[in-house]
Amino acid sequence: MGKDVFEITVNILKMFVIFLMMVQAVPILVWLERRGSAFIQNRLGPNRVGPLGLLQLAADAVKFLFKEEFVPRQGVRFMYFFAPIMAMIPGALSFASLPLSVPIKIEPFQMLGQMWGPYTFAFQGYDLGIGIVFVLGISSLGVYSLLMAGWGSSNKYSLMGAVRASAQAISYELALSLSLVGILIVYGTFSFNEIVAAQTGPLTFRAFGAEHVISWLPNWGVFYQPLGALLFFSATFAEANRLPFDLPEAEGELVAGFHTEYAGFKLLMFFIGEYGHMMVASALLATFYLGGYNIPGVMPDDVLAFWQSAVGGNLASILTAVTFHLSLLLRIAILLWIFIQVRWTLPRFRYDQLMNLGWKSMLPWALFNVCVTALWVWFGHK
Amino acid sequence: MTNSGALLPVIILAALVLVFGVIIVFGTGLLGPKNTSKDPASQKVKNMPYECGLPGTEMADTKISIKFYLTAILFILFDIEIIFMYPWAIKFLDSIQDGTGGYMLGVMGVFVLLFVVGLIWEVKSKALDWN
Repeated sequence: MGKDVFEITVNILKMFVIFLMMVQAVPILVWLERRGSAFIQNRLGPNRVGPLGLLQLAADAVKFLFKEEFVPRQGVRFMYFFAPIMAMIPGALSFASLPLSVPIKIEPFQMLGQMWGPYTFAFQGYDLGIGIVFVLGISSLGVYSLLMAGWGSSNKYSLMGAVRASAQAISYELALSLSLVGILIVYGTFSFNEIVAAQTGPLTFRAFGAEHVISWLPNWGVFYQPLGALLFFSATFAEANRLPFDLPEAEGELVAGFHTEYAGFKLLMFFIGEYGHMMVASALLATFYLGGYNIPGVMPDDVLAFWQSAVGGNLASILTAVTFHLSLLLRIAILLWIFIQVRWTLPRFRYDQLMNLGWKSMLPWALFNVCVTALWVWFGHK
Repeated sequence: MTNSGALLPVIILAALVLVFGVIIVFGTGLLGPKNTSKDPASQKVKNMPYECGLPGTEMADTKISIKFYLTAILFILFDIEIIFMYPWAIKFLDSIQDGTGGYMLGVMGVFVLLFVVGLIWEVKSKALDWN
């Protein structure tokens, strides 16, 4: 955690800030989704409360806080109350393990009559070194929240939604984890930081024993793993229960699925879980396939040198980190918009189509991707 | 000791989210209006499971298709197989440089063959058909 009080405090605050970042992104995304869907469907969407309807979020939050609480009579109370809390945990824990920017270096300084530092603060909640395995393991816990919500609600629609959701989540988890094997073969590591570091500079690859450089393309994972990236992105839609994979919440059949019996802030917590899942998925996709926080053609030292000539000192290091963080956020924002665009463009699958796609199409293609990647790496490096 | 130290921030963040969640879930229950009706029949109707307005005829622990159980069982088999590929995948690049790459490739070839045979058998046995 750190060597002294200052470092430990900053590290704990940092995790808290990253968690709040995820939570505060939810109302913005909800606004974007309602407004975006309205424009896609040739409507105006929420535009009464505040400029562009932006204060709708605040109004919704107040409404959520002051709603009357209903508890289903025959429900299992512990599960009913614990499910929304459980929905937030996987997103928060995974998001904190992702590197969001370059580390911040703080020079030694004087405070309270004593010297502190120097420090290096990573721009991520914690670096476990086994990031990929950790994120896959933690995000599987999301299934528990769905099952608890369905079971605890004592409503047969909730239970059916929950069972569907868990069957879907575990089916697509296979394709998801198998599509990442290609990335592991190419980079040979579980660590996010090493994967991001490997994606700097122009596109460099080895084929048939010789090194090739394509100077006008960035060295991103998507050029090594195009099929893997496509499979990973599709599988994350199913993991986050988003359309076209939102069978657990199919209104026509199941009222609202596993969260039928939830209202007020407890419902919002499921939303935090779902949007958190989307944010983690987008951040993972950016980290594995789109160069993480790297800016194409620009090295971190160049940006640091620029800021040092402009402001200098610790502020230069912080501004460098912010610059790279914005570069990652831009990618996350574009990917989140694709999530929203897809939701309001594609129709929903039938359940057998969904299961067939996961087991009979995506799983074999992911396996094919692993074989091709292994052979490509073997012939490239032999 | 080093391992438990590395997981400490994870535990702290999990506890933080838990506390945040507990405060919100129980706090909002106190803030909202209460069911003030004196009539017990009205109370009963209000807290009924929402099933499109009709009184529920079945309990929630209703019958669930056997397909879901089958899916879960098959998931465990395949998930374990995929997890075995992970350590192999991160060592493959190193092993090519060590000169043992051909052996690694052959071993994984056999493993993938078993995986494919298992998948084909499952499709043939109609365990994954939902019609």
